[in-house]
Amino acid sequence: MDEPRVQGLYDPRHEHDSCGMGFVAHVKGAPSNDIIAKGLQILASLDHRGGVAADPTIGDGAGCLIQIPDALLRAWAVEQRINLPPAGDYAVAMCFLPRDSASREVAEARLEHFVRLEGQVFIGWRDVPVNACGLGSAVLNSAPVIRQALIGRGPNVRDQDAFERKLLAIRKQTQNPLEKLAEQQRLPGLADFYIPSFSSRTIVYKGLLLPRQLGSFYSDLTDPLTKSALAMVHQRFSTNTFPSWRLAHPYRFIAHNGEINTVRGNVNWMNARRRTLESPLIGADLDKMWPIIPHGQSDTACLDNALELLVAGGYPLAHAMMLLIPEAWAGNEQMDPARRAFYEFHAALMEPWDGPAAIAFTDGRQIGATLDRNGLRPARFCLTDDDLVVMASESGVLPIPEEKITRKWRLQPGKMLLIDLEEGRIVDDDEVKGRLAEAEPYGDWLRETQFNLKNLPSAGTEQATDAAELTRLQRAFGYTEEDLKFFLRPMAEEPDDPIGSMGTDTPVAVLSKRPRLLYEYFKQNFAQVTNPPIDPIRESLVMSLVSMIGPRPNLLGRHAGTHKRLEVSQPILTNEDLEKIRSIGDHLDGAFRTITLDATWPSNGDAQALEAALQRLCWEATEAVLADINVLVLSDRAVAPNRIPIPAALAIGAVHHHLIRQGLRMQTGLVAETGEAREVHHMCVLAGYGAEAINPWLAFDTIDDIVSGVPDPKSNYVKALNKGILKVMSKMGISTFQSYCGAQIFDSIGISSTLVERYFFGTSSTVEGIELAELAEECARRHRSGYSTVDDDGLAVGGQWAHRIGGEAHAWTPDSIANLQHAVRGNLPEKYRAFAREINEQEGPLTLRGLLDLRPAGPPVAIEDVEPAADIVRRFATGAMSFGSISREAHTTLAEAMNSIGGRSNTGEGGEEPERFRVGSEGVSFRSAIKQVASGRFGVTTEYLVNADELQIKIAQGAKPGEGGQLPGHKVDREIAKVRHSTPGVGLISPPPHHDIYSIEDLAQLIHDLRHVNPAARISVKLVSEVGVGTVAAGVAKCTADHITISGFEGGTGASPLTSLVHAGLPWEIGLAEAQQTLVLNGLRGRVTLQADGGLRTGRDVAIAALLGADEFGFATAPLIAAGCIMMRKCHLNTCPVGIATQDAVLRARFTGQPGHVVNYFFYVAEELREIMAALGTRRLEEMIGRVDLLEIKSLADHWKAKGVDLRSLLHQPTVEGSRRATPPCARSFDVPVDKALLEGLDDDGSAFVELHVSNVDRSIGTVASGEIARRFGHEGLPPGTLRARLIGTAGQSFGAFLSRGLTLELIGDANDYVGKGLSGGCLIVRPPEAARRQAHENIIVGNTCLYGAIEGEAYFAGVAGERFAVRNSGAVAVVEGMGDHGCEYMTGGVVVSIGSVGRNFAAGMSGGIAYVWDPDRQLQRQCNHTSVNLEPVEDVDRLLELVQHYGEVTGSQRALALLANWPEALSQFVQIMPHEYRRALTDNAVPEVKAA
Amino acid sequence: MTMTQATAFMATARSDRIYRDVKERVRDWHEVLSPLEAGEVSQQAERCMDCGIPFCHSGCPVNNLIPDWNELAASGQWQRALDRLHATNNFPEFTGRVCPAPCEAACTLNLDDAPVTIKTIECEIVDRGFREGWIGPRVAPRGTGKRIAIVGSGPAGLACAQQLARAGHSPTVFEKADRVGGLLRYGIPDFKLDKSLIDRRVAQMEAEGVIFRTAMEVGVSVSVERLLDDYHLLVLAGGAEEPRDLEAPGRELKGIHFAMDYLTQANRRVAGLVDDDESIVASGRHVVVIGGGDTGSDCIGTAHRQGAASVTQLEILTQPPLSEDKSVTWPNWPMKLRTSSSQEEGGSREFSIGTTGFRGDAGRVSAVMCERDGQEMEIHAELVLLAMGFTGVARDGVAGSAKVRLTERDTIETLGPYQTSVPRIFACGDMRRGQSLVVWAIREGRECAAAVSRALAAPKLQSVER
Repeated sequence: MDEPRVQGLYDPRHEHDSCGMGFVAHVKGAPSNDIIAKGLQILASLDHRGGVAADPTIGDGAGCLIQIPDALLRAWAVEQRINLPPAGDYAVAMCFLPRDSASREVAEARLEHFVRLEGQVFIGWRDVPVNACGLGSAVLNSAPVIRQALIGRGPNVRDQDAFERKLLAIRKQTQNPLEKLAEQQRLPGLADFYIPSFSSRTIVYKGLLLPRQLGSFYSDLTDPLTKSALAMVHQRFSTNTFPSWRLAHPYRFIAHNGEINTVRGNVNWMNARRRTLESPLIGADLDKMWPIIPHGQSDTACLDNALELLVAGGYPLAHAMMLLIPEAWAGNEQMDPARRAFYEFHAALMEPWDGPAAIAFTDGRQIGATLDRNGLRPARFCLTDDDLVVMASESGVLPIPEEKITRKWRLQPGKMLLIDLEEGRIVDDDEVKGRLAEAEPYGDWLRETQFNLKNLPSAGTEQATDAAELTRLQRAFGYTEEDLKFFLRPMAEEPDDPIGSMGTDTPVAVLSKRPRLLYEYFKQNFAQVTNPPIDPIRESLVMSLVSMIGPRPNLLGRHAGTHKRLEVSQPILTNEDLEKIRSIGDHLDGAFRTITLDATWPSNGDAQALEAALQRLCWEATEAVLADINVLVLSDRAVAPNRIPIPAALAIGAVHHHLIRQGLRMQTGLVAETGEAREVHHMCVLAGYGAEAINPWLAFDTIDDIVSGVPDPKSNYVKALNKGILKVMSKMGISTFQSYCGAQIFDSIGISSTLVERYFFGTSSTVEGIELAELAEECARRHRSGYSTVDDDGLAVGGQWAHRIGGEAHAWTPDSIANLQHAVRGNLPEKYRAFAREINEQEGPLTLRGLLDLRPAGPPVAIEDVEPAADIVRRFATGAMSFGSISREAHTTLAEAMNSIGGRSNTGEGGEEPERFRVGSEGVSFRSAIKQVASGRFGVTTEYLVNADELQIKIAQGAKPGEGGQLPGHKVDREIAKVRHSTPGVGLISPPPHHDIYSIEDLAQLIHDLRHVNPAARISVKLVSEVGVGTVAAGVAKCTADHITISGFEGGTGASPLTSLVHAGLPWEIGLAEAQQTLVLNGLRGRVTLQADGGLRTGRDVAIAALLGADEFGFATAPLIAAGCIMMRKCHLNTCPVGIATQDAVLRARFTGQPGHVVNYFFYVAEELREIMAALGTRRLEEMIGRVDLLEIKSLADHWKAKGVDLRSLLHQPTVEGSRRATPPCARSFDVPVDKALLEGLDDDGSAFVELHVSNVDRSIGTVASGEIARRFGHEGLPPGTLRARLIGTAGQSFGAFLSRGLTLELIGDANDYVGKGLSGGCLIVRPPEAARRQAHENIIVGNTCLYGAIEGEAYFAGVAGERFAVRNSGAVAVVEGMGDHGCEYMTGGVVVSIGSVGRNFAAGMSGGIAYVWDPDRQLQRQCNHTSVNLEPVEDVDRLLELVQHYGEVTGSQRALALLANWPEALSQFVQIMPHEYRRALTDNAVPEVKAA
Repeated sequence: MTMTQATAFMATARSDRIYRDVKERVRDWHEVLSPLEAGEVSQQAERCMDCGIPFCHSGCPVNNLIPDWNELAASGQWQRALDRLHATNNFPEFTGRVCPAPCEAACTLNLDDAPVTIKTIECEIVDRGFREGWIGPRVAPRGTGKRIAIVGSGPAGLACAQQLARAGHSPTVFEKADRVGGLLRYGIPDFKLDKSLIDRRVAQMEAEGVIFRTAMEVGVSVSVERLLDDYHLLVLAGGAEEPRDLEAPGRELKGIHFAMDYLTQANRRVAGLVDDDESIVASGRHVVVIGGGDTGSDCIGTAHRQGAASVTQLEILTQPPLSEDKSVTWPNWPMKLRTSSSQEEGGSREFSIGTTGFRGDAGRVSAVMCERDGQEMEIHAELVLLAMGFTGVARDGVAGSAKVRLTERDTIETLGPYQTSVPRIFACGDMRRGQSLVVWAIREGRECAAAVSRALAAPKLQSVER
């Protein structure tokens, strides 16, 4: 197949996919062709969830899994005169065979060989009839030869289950070595041989097809002889455009919507089981199946492999799914104890496969679906009175008459839906899980075998270190004053990961001239677009830090119940804890034996000595494990004048991977005892590479030394680490420490691939760098500084976090700031030159771009012939800085400056004052051209959106990708509160994810919404550089974004944990180059404008960004400095002394920046660029874009550490045709029938009423009309009800998104996700039809994340809403009959009434507004997250009554009428949910003006 | 950093040490500055904003870790503050008194407010350290056996010697005067720097192993060759001693002296050492000081105390503005009108005025002839002090004996870090840099010591025979 191989920065393993999926089944198991037809119809209804490639005739893949069509095959067999065994006694291998006949013959022969070898009967090959009509040439050229092999059950297998196991063994043996064979036999096509399904029960028809093509391509599916009682379908949305047939879903058991975040670790752990895995059922065949999970597959394929093993090993299907994707059980008080015991028991067997996932699964006898613990993917289902179950990503995918539907519901987080076709019934979550939980005495087993460290007897602690020795140790481990000042002391005083601000302007570790810790060569991965990060604070119920230390039971064994397990509630061990573990052999019947292995090496040795020490460590580990020692403590306590500590991450990585390779890893636990680790990031790296627990002993000793007067400083420190670890996990969307452990969620930068290969296998590395020799030298330098006798002036200064002479180098220095400011204020070009010279020259060791030289394209051109600076500056934008994080003065200065030069300023995420939308009398405009849409949606009104030239969806921010933010109450003054539509004095939280973007197709939906609201605006998506950002960018381009910003990790911030400030994200050079290469490879580059952002300072920086592929350029810190910023790094404290990052009136008065200063700066940059262009011989900037051939790599031969740095992959130019820069997009217009009719009515009569039928493909109804109203009438809109629509059916996603005042939409039927997103004054009514024979409060009516970011307006929903109802509601009033988990999360205003039960974690992070819940059964107390709210009796009873009455009138709700009939009693059962902060703000009549903290 | 400290700069106004009353102070030789209460110093230290880029820290030639010890002083951790202060500065008690404090000009609070009283905080930290007895000798745990001769005991030579001793080397300081200290001793008047402070440091350094040889003029009392024979390395730290002269008619008249000759004598007199030479005293005389710099100011203060009849200071440059345009000067040292404590004590200042000659009466000066904007004038003068700076090293002094190459500016040329053109001879301080501040001399001395240590560790030099 034509998928490109690894080249440049592109690596196919970073591909993501996501999608729509569903199934239809007959509960009683009655097979029919109609079921399949319905399945295909579901697919067609989910069309919009797929991606559109450069060529619209090519989809990303679709497929359908059905039961074996016995009648069809029997008819074929008769025709072929073949004797087919009875159904169940034969299997079908669906085969994608190589196109070249030589390879194909080998492939076929191979399958036949193994069938016979395993004692089964090879019946014959059936050519699958296909109809290629209507397929694009690219699809056809990559299409495999599709044949089915029929295999009869051999006499040696007992029953159908055993037959299935045999089939697995055959398939594995046939397929696993194919790549190697293809190479050996020089038959490259052989590697393409793929078996989509191989079972006696199910068969998969799939391919690189559009949903509507599936049925016509495979005529089997429409053949009346083909019958099935179930059809599981899937439509794929891939981030790339490369044709791949095999990547279509379903796989053999599952279809998946979502992403497995921890897949790297899961696969590693699976391979680590090789020696311990034994199955009485599979027996010797197990050995033939390795690798269970071959490398290089998609996450879903890996999960499918794991599932088939578990099923083969004897787990019932539902049991296996619970093992792989458990609910959140730790700390869930509400869960039935037996079920909790079930999960806790299984936690030791396998770490969760963590990530957003809606998974449909079937083995042909049962079909079901489950949702991950966070419930991040939609899954709606309905049951009919004629025994159909329809489950899909959206509601309304099949046109079923409402009166036939007996139940409409959704899958809830962590829940399972199971249909047993053999039993002919639906088994609900409670029953299936209850039955499994009771099947074995899991609780008893746990009581007998599970030991928590805290319950073990104390074994004393080691002696404390004396003061002089302490300083020596600190220096030997590279401690600086800053480690004490910025980390240890604050963490010991307050249990929080410390906060800082502004960006990073220090070199990446490999370029630093100082020795840096190995941890710093690893950058944390984070979720962007393809999966969401989690809020570990507000959604703590899904998070868990529980770690298991020690050997794991046999995953498939019968005696797992007797296996002793050691548990810790969190992974940081105190010295006392560690001593307990060391002496554990004396307790627990000797089930555990601990050994401490020395992780130091002799100080007189070199790199070889270090290597030898690692070798020794690995051997000792092997010997220990073979001697049944099952807890290994890798310790650097032996550090001494003659012993250098091995970097703890290196020791852990080496032993972990060594034991995995030997298949011994599951037999032992791995604990790091290290003086080196001290920050959150250090702990994360250790855990990520396999440490199950960590004892940072020197950090504890240091805290003893420096902290006094705090009750329990060490426990504060541990808590701070815990919080930080949770945050790091959650930014990748990982919920449990167990699945984070060993998951290697890092990119390396500046480590040689040999080192990575050896000790950190599987980690992505883009920039080569240090080898063991340089690493050893770094260690030796630290060690020398510790034990040298000369210099005893305490610890080194550090200089990483604040500038210090003799510390780490910074780009922004006193000189560069002074020169720049003097230049722009005094119009002194020579000062700018001095500034640019300092930056450009010092960059050599500071940045990747500094390692690149420019090479002329031809003879120089005269400077007059170069395009004028006035044209160049139009490509410049200022970075997103919110009004709120910076002062109004600073914010408007930037806007005015950018508007005056035709560039663009960016609102940031805090909204904008409407007065700024109007151009002033002198043509001066303070309106930001770019309006940002971020996760908090603060101030994102329809009016705001239509007053933009560009709408930017901020997926991530360079300084803290994967994290949310918080504006503390004291910063929210009247003005800011007004703009953000919140209450003065009440704190505001930006959630880590956009709650309407959990996946790539969700992003497409948001883009769709924004385009509808403002068709004239360019849609931009802001991403942060990381490995794989190129494939994300390609996916974003396929979502039809016009513009992509690639932001580097250097980017600034108003406040961010220090952990994130430097340890997450990569330099923009890498991300930009990867995005450019991937987009060009995919033929998508011309469709999008690429912007580089984050740390651009000079014209030379711009030149390099352009050559690497940027069309446009974003600047943030530099223009701020031009406006007066002096890098105080105090933005988070509100004490900015130059009036920029502060809301304090006194300090704001000190602001002296002027638009002219910013304009001067940009013109200086443009002029510098023009000089470079002249020298390069280029006249126009567009000639430079993507010209990597004009870059060459500087030699770093004389840098002691960085000589191995290799940037060649950045300069790779894909050899494909097509554009290498953005070409102007074509104009768009939208035709939504409802909106069109409403607007026509408005134009004709001044009002309108329309009635229409809708279906789930009608998305964003009302949005175009709302945009138009906001454009004409502003936020005030029209009088309520001026435009009204009555709609019948199921509305597509984003029903009534951004609905303006004056619009009323009434929907009779139901709606999908995101109803009333950004509601801006309009009114929404959704109710079931009168014909429906269902109870409204027991049926779902609107999907997930409704009223997200709603500003104001009304919403009445006669039924239950999905998860995250009214999340971040600022002002809408809503009534509903119940809601899922996380209702009213982050709400800051408005009123929500629920006359039905609410899900878990209700009101988490709610800081404003009021909710009323009818709670007759007193469930709310348990369901509510009490952190920020009080439960109290209703105060404003009149308002509540009025709301319920009105609701009853507009929806006809039975329950509302019943409540009203007995109102006094009903009223007494209502609970009022009131946020503490909101109460305080309401009581304080005069909200205090913002004072400095 | 606590939240109170984060906003203290807004709540607390700058308050600094004040000079003693003029009437009182001109009657004695004691220091003119009276210290702040310790509590108030802590409060002032709280004003420090702990900047992300501490401009003060780069503005300071020795790169004092100003925010670090400000925080410690603010929280009362004086001993730790002292450690951090000493980490970059050997003699904060000198700079805390005589440094013009470029750090305060660079202070971020100076942008739109009044800077942190950095110099006062520095001074209190170290003074308290001495008071509390926290400052004792820091003896190197083991010696290297390397002997280094240092010529000159000014701040550069002293800093170099102390650093070398602490690194385990054995430095010997040669001073041609009878007492250690160079310009600290005889250039700066007591009312700015009490001389007991020098003796205290010298005692500490002797305990750390530094040997002082006073009244030894290298090149006269002992030859450079001899030193190169006896020592592994030689460091020249003799200062920029050559004063700039004024070539004008009447220059030969009596009563016209170089400022340094006047100050040396005055300082010796205060120290109780009577000079045999012709005495230069201001008492009862009309004094004209030519030159507007710090040395000129020192002459003025000394003249006041000696009881001069009048003091007039002549500055050839135009009067600088009263305040600077900070938008284009900060954080650099700005040109602006400054008034020293001595200037405050009386006398008059004339700007834009050039000296064209001297008129005499019986061979003794009686007036200075001047010219301003083409207008000629005369100023009555009985004592004229030339304080116009220094042109470089004394050519007939040790630099000449050592045969090191000089630059066009008459400073010693260095090729490598502090390495002169002659092998095994290093140079630092004003000798290398040209006339400058005490704090620069300390930096030079420290860095030179580091260069010397590196050179001594290099294999090539290790094999050099004494």
